[in-house]
Amino acid sequence: MRDTYPTNIFPDQIRKAIAICKKDIRIYYCKGPVIIFGLLLPLFLFLAFSIGRNLSLSFLVPGMLGMSVFFTSTSVVPVIAPWETRMKTFERLVSAPVTVATIIFGDILASAIFGLFISTVPVAVGLLAGTPIINFPIMLLSIVLSSFCFSSLGALLSAPPSDTPATVMMLSSLVKFPLVFISGIFIPLESMPLWGRFIAYLSPLTYFVDLVRHSTQGTGQIPLHLDLIILLAFTFSFFYVAVKLHQRSIPQRI
Amino acid sequence: MDDAIVVSNLTKRYGNLTAVDHISFRVKRGEFFGFLGPNGAGKTTTIRMLTGILKPDEGKISVMGYDMEREKVKARQVMGIVPEMANVYVDLSVWQNLMFMGELYGVPKVLRRERAERLLRELNLYEQRDVKAKKLSKGMRQRLLLCMAMLNDPEILFLDEPTVGLDVQSARLIRKILRDLNEEKNVTIFLTTHNMEEAEQLCDKIAIINHGKIAAIDTPERLRGVMRELQCVEVSFNKPPSVGELSALSHINEVRRVGKIFRLYTNSPFDLIEEIIDYGKRNNLKLTWLQVLAPRFEDVFLKITEGKN
Repeated sequence: MRDTYPTNIFPDQIRKAIAICKKDIRIYYCKGPVIIFGLLLPLFLFLAFSIGRNLSLSFLVPGMLGMSVFFTSTSVVPVIAPWETRMKTFERLVSAPVTVATIIFGDILASAIFGLFISTVPVAVGLLAGTPIINFPIMLLSIVLSSFCFSSLGALLSAPPSDTPATVMMLSSLVKFPLVFISGIFIPLESMPLWGRFIAYLSPLTYFVDLVRHSTQGTGQIPLHLDLIILLAFTFSFFYVAVKLHQRSIPQRI
Repeated sequence: MDDAIVVSNLTKRYGNLTAVDHISFRVKRGEFFGFLGPNGAGKTTTIRMLTGILKPDEGKISVMGYDMEREKVKARQVMGIVPEMANVYVDLSVWQNLMFMGELYGVPKVLRRERAERLLRELNLYEQRDVKAKKLSKGMRQRLLLCMAMLNDPEILFLDEPTVGLDVQSARLIRKILRDLNEEKNVTIFLTTHNMEEAEQLCDKIAIINHGKIAAIDTPERLRGVMRELQCVEVSFNKPPSVGELSALSHINEVRRVGKIFRLYTNSPFDLIEEIIDYGKRNNLKLTWLQVLAPRFEDVFLKITEGKN
């Protein structure tokens, strides 16, 4: 009588996270305005700060890629939990045989895939403009890793038990915009004062931009392996804290 | 193991308010169990703890042999759940909602397609399978929620007020499906409802919760039997007597006048009828109406909850 489809808890939960990811992509990401927003916002931000400044293409392209991945990976995931709370689908989801970590991982996976998809545009623009990619595997690895890292940050930002997406978006913008300005996108790390550099090292975006510079210029301000390790550490920390905070906020959401 | 649900000393507090106060009960496998109570009595909090959405402050819960503290995910694998305020994904089609639920419960692809098709036909939703859920009526959405809850072929089904606000046809169809599921597949059902008639028709056993405590727990028949004083005899005469005169008759607990009819509450309706006939003869009054009323379940419910207030 008793169904026994799940044989091992780990692959079973991974499959369920993929199901949540597919649901998120269908409902939240496969929408014209979301895709256009994902493409245009970083582009306009970038143009606003680059036009009229005498900066080289090799400096500008990593910044544009950094903003694209950062903004797209953190654009939708923060509003999924508040939106599902408001639409009354959240209780049904948390009643299923899934852990909170599975739900969060599914949301992060969808967001990371969206970030990866959008990042192909600035990469293509960079290539067309003549920016060389010296180390393609590092470029790819850095985009994948940072997509997961920024998506995890987005999941963390969605933890407050609100059912108003606008509230979470405000909190999200409050965190995201300062990070863009301190992460070596507009001002190179080497040109920053010591205190500025110290603040920049607190931002995961700094390490991604540095990784992209490693892959396009062959050199960066931080050793390559350190960039990767720190980005990985940020990813796991954001994920862990997001899961803990969401576990605490569930009773207030339902 | 005969018990589907074992709850002992279950307690949940929200600040100073004790929403569920040290309740204990058992539900047998295959039983249709009704959980009744007024608004704010603790029904939804209890069902949320039973399904592992809320963590109790005290007490133990076992569902289908699984400890809900340590084996929550395994327990949910054999549960079907229709939460009170839940909604389907309105941007997905009926079919996509079901497939998503099947994936969440790890139902293999072929099986979930077969079951989805069968359930949609049973609940009269097959024609709407490609329609986005936002275009469904409330009754259709509720039926879809029930399909989603049954897709994993559950051993136990939790339903929190599943027929509230539905049209008569949808409510009747849902009741029929639940009854069939319980009788033919021996699925244990835990149902909260405000609808006394629904509880009386469907449930093998009923618990009444009030102010977070179990006020009564028994079969619907015995709950009614316990409240014998709620039986009443309705009478009217060609000339209305005074309430005071009727109250003086033996075997009467209370007299209420409803228009021309007197409602005489009693523990012994047949002794009272003899008294009424004698009274009519003595006072030259002719009976124009006489009817014995069994206690309505709603009266029983109100009596029990009032008594515990």
